[in-house]
Amino acid sequence: MIETIEINVIPAFVNRGSFIELNGRERAQALFDKGSWRELVGPFDRIESPWLPMQGVAPQFDDGCVVIKGRITGKPAVAISLEGAFQGGSIGEVSGAKMVAALDLATIDSRDGKPTAAILLLETGGVRLQEANLGLAAIAEVIASILELRQYAPVITVIAGTVGCFGGMALAAGVSSYVVMTREARLGLNGPEVIEQESGKDEFDASDRALIWSIHGGEQRVGMGLADDLVEDSVDGIASAVQHFVTAGKPTQHRSEQVELYRRRIASLDASSQIDPLALREQWKGFNSKGRTR
Amino acid sequence: MSEHVGLRGKAWFQALTGQDEASKEDPASVLTADVIIGDERALFLCVIPNPGSRFPCVRDGQVGLEEGYTLAHRVREALNADKDKPKSQKRPIIAIIDVKSQAYGRREETAGLFLAAAASSDAYASARMAGHPVISFVVGHALSGGFLTHGYQANRILALDDAGVTIHAMHKEAAAKITRRSVDDLERLGERILPMSYNVQDYAKLGLLHQLLHVESLIEPNQSEVDEAKNAIIAAIVDARKGPPDLGVRRQSPAAQKSRKAGIAARALMEHEWKKV
Repeated sequence: MIETIEINVIPAFVNRGSFIELNGRERAQALFDKGSWRELVGPFDRIESPWLPMQGVAPQFDDGCVVIKGRITGKPAVAISLEGAFQGGSIGEVSGAKMVAALDLATIDSRDGKPTAAILLLETGGVRLQEANLGLAAIAEVIASILELRQYAPVITVIAGTVGCFGGMALAAGVSSYVVMTREARLGLNGPEVIEQESGKDEFDASDRALIWSIHGGEQRVGMGLADDLVEDSVDGIASAVQHFVTAGKPTQHRSEQVELYRRRIASLDASSQIDPLALREQWKGFNSKGRTR
Repeated sequence: MSEHVGLRGKAWFQALTGQDEASKEDPASVLTADVIIGDERALFLCVIPNPGSRFPCVRDGQVGLEEGYTLAHRVREALNADKDKPKSQKRPIIAIIDVKSQAYGRREETAGLFLAAAASSDAYASARMAGHPVISFVVGHALSGGFLTHGYQANRILALDDAGVTIHAMHKEAAAKITRRSVDDLERLGERILPMSYNVQDYAKLGLLHQLLHVESLIEPNQSEVDEAKNAIIAAIVDARKGPPDLGVRRQSPAAQKSRKAGIAARALMEHEWKKV
């Protein structure tokens, strides 16, 4: 007798369409209204790093930075996506220049009466050390250009994972209008390995994954008010969060302008021993004025 | 790493402002002074080592949570005080720079050091965009997140021309470890790959600097050297007021046209293709 096996309903997490599993280009494409977008300075233009080949490192035709312009919920937008799989999403001369140029062009359009939101998909360790000073200079310019644009249109940083957003590019997230994260994402100035290397294993044990996520993880960052929205890893979830913030427009006050609030918070920190992340989350939560999850 | 990190910052701050102590409300690591330079009042800021800091990972002059938010607070104070003044009367903001790096600590990461750094960067850039001339004067180290927090948003960057001055993405020892090279290899690579060099004269070739200033002594500048530095700062203020309040000058300089060719080409192509969508 042939037994009919009941096919179980496929669990939602299998069907959800993971965003993290997409590469940098597919991530950016997934955010736009169908048929509304086009990639700019794409791989066929072959604008690549002049510095990597000089060091025996293979360059990539897009330098790990994908720029797509189009519409999101009908509104003009540009997405700038860093490919975490190429040189750890690091910022070099060319990838940095592409970012800065796209942000500046969005600013010009916005000033001319066509507000153009920017979505930064950041999977990056920061400066590309093979291009050291040009990478750091590019990050300073990225920060400057975000600050220009956010006066006119929202700049939305999405950190989906799994590289995370570290180094100087964490400042880019810090000056953004909104930050969207998943539980798999991390955000911080120094990664665990760098702290362990510079200050020792007692300061930070980079092999302690629970510790890393308790400090840098998306749930903690959103929970303590340093990011705005915690979303599941799904294409629909992230696209809908981005649509929400594109529609919301720029906030009345940006987080990096809330200097007095954070100055008070730091003044009241007990620094005599390491700070318990959960206790800090409890202390800080609810102080912020904007965002969906706060 | 030089043994002098932080000392030169304090020495030059003192030479230029006549002051060398932090304001009572501020951490001892952040020096600020509202003093006359040329014929106008300017805000000077400097981060120095504070061996007694309650945050252990900033004691050698790194930029941490208190430093970032204090810089942001003081710069925003000037921004607000001058908000109704015409651009020509907004006070210059002068960052004296000798910073080792950002703080590499767990306390700092837990409490969101990236936002403290972002807030300071934001304040300096907001002042620049509002029309304040923002001038950075690198007298020692300007490294990594420390420089992004304190100084890299300036309209004009001046630096002393001395082997003890280093502007870089990461200090040698750490960069060598992370890229799995020896410090010697890294230095040799810097002779060949311009943006990797630790030499400030090579940095000048990138076109990001406004001017290099020569001095005999980094730690104890004599009166004529101090006067020369003041004149250079005043000239940079005049130049900054003449130009747009963005960072475009860092691409347009003749040196940048040469050394940042690939980035400039990427930008030109982006401008061309942007209009087609």
